Amino acid sequence: MILAFSAGNVLVWIVWIAAGFACLASGIAVVSFSNPFYSALALIGNLGSLAVMYLLVSAEFVAAAQVLVYAGAVMVMFLFVIAYVGPELEAPWAGGPRWQSLAAVLAAGSLLTEIIVVIGLKAGGSLAHDGSVPGTFGTPGWIGRLFLTDHLLAFEITSIVLLVAAVGGVILGSHTQRGAET
Amino acid sequence: MSGPGTAWYLALAAFLFGTGALGVLIRRNPLIVLLSLEIMLNGANLALIAFSRHVHNGTGQIFALAVMAVAASEVCVGLGLVVALHRRRLALDVDTLSELRG
Repeated sequence: MILAFSAGNVLVWIVWIAAGFACLASGIAVVSFSNPFYSALALIGNLGSLAVMYLLVSAEFVAAAQVLVYAGAVMVMFLFVIAYVGPELEAPWAGGPRWQSLAAVLAAGSLLTEIIVVIGLKAGGSLAHDGSVPGTFGTPGWIGRLFLTDHLLAFEITSIVLLVAAVGGVILGSHTQRGAET
Repeated sequence: MSGPGTAWYLALAAFLFGTGALGVLIRRNPLIVLLSLEIMLNGANLALIAFSRHVHNGTGQIFALAVMAVAASEVCVGLGLVVALHRRRLALDVDTLSELRG
C-alpha cells in the first residue's frame, strides 16, 4: 500500500473517500429522517454515490443501470407514491416499546460486527491486492455477451420475475374490490 | 490502477447492510422500510461487484443486475400494497398491520 502513492492513485482514494462518506451519510439520513419524502431524496443520493463506487471497480454498465433504473425509474415511482399517500411524519425512535429500539440497534450492530469480523479473519490478507483487469471488463458489450451466452437462463428468469411483479402490481392497484362484485 | 483494495469495499458494503437492517428494524412506516430494504440490497450489490472485480469474473456483475431487477419487482409489489392500504383507509404502520384480513 505504501509503494503505490502515485498521482492517479491519490485521486482514486480521494474519490473513494468522498463517495464512501456520501454513501454512509445518506444511508444514515434515509433511516433517520422523519419525513419519507426526504428519506427518498436521501436514497437517491445514496444510489448516486454507489454508482461512483461501481465506476471505481470498473463496472461501467452496472453504474449506468444503477443511475437509470434505480435513481431514475424506481425512485420516481417511490416519490410518486409518497406524494399520493401524503407524507406522514414519524419520529424514528419513538412509538414502539423501548426494548424494541434497543433490540433493533443490538441486532443491527451484531450483524455488522459479525460481517466485519468474518471479512477480517477469513480473508484479510488475500483481499489487499487488486490486480489490473482487461479494458473490456464491465463494458456494455461485454455484459451483453455474458448475458446472451453464459447467463441466458438467468436473463430469461429475470424477465419472467419482472413480468410477474408487474402483473401483481396491477392486480394490487386495481380499483375493483372482489368483495363488492359478488 | 490500484486504489482501495477489495476489503475496503466489503467494509462499506457491510456498513450499508447494517444501516439498512437498522432501518428495517426500527422504522414503522412501510415506505421507509422499503427504502431501507433498498439500502440492504445495495450493500449486497456492492459486495458482489467488488468480488467480481477481485476474481476478474463477470458473474458477480450479472448477479448484481439480477438483484437490481428483483429490487424493482419488490418495489412494484410493495408500493402496490402501500397504495392498497391507503385506499382501504388503514394506518401506514407495520406494527398495527398484524392481521392478514384487512
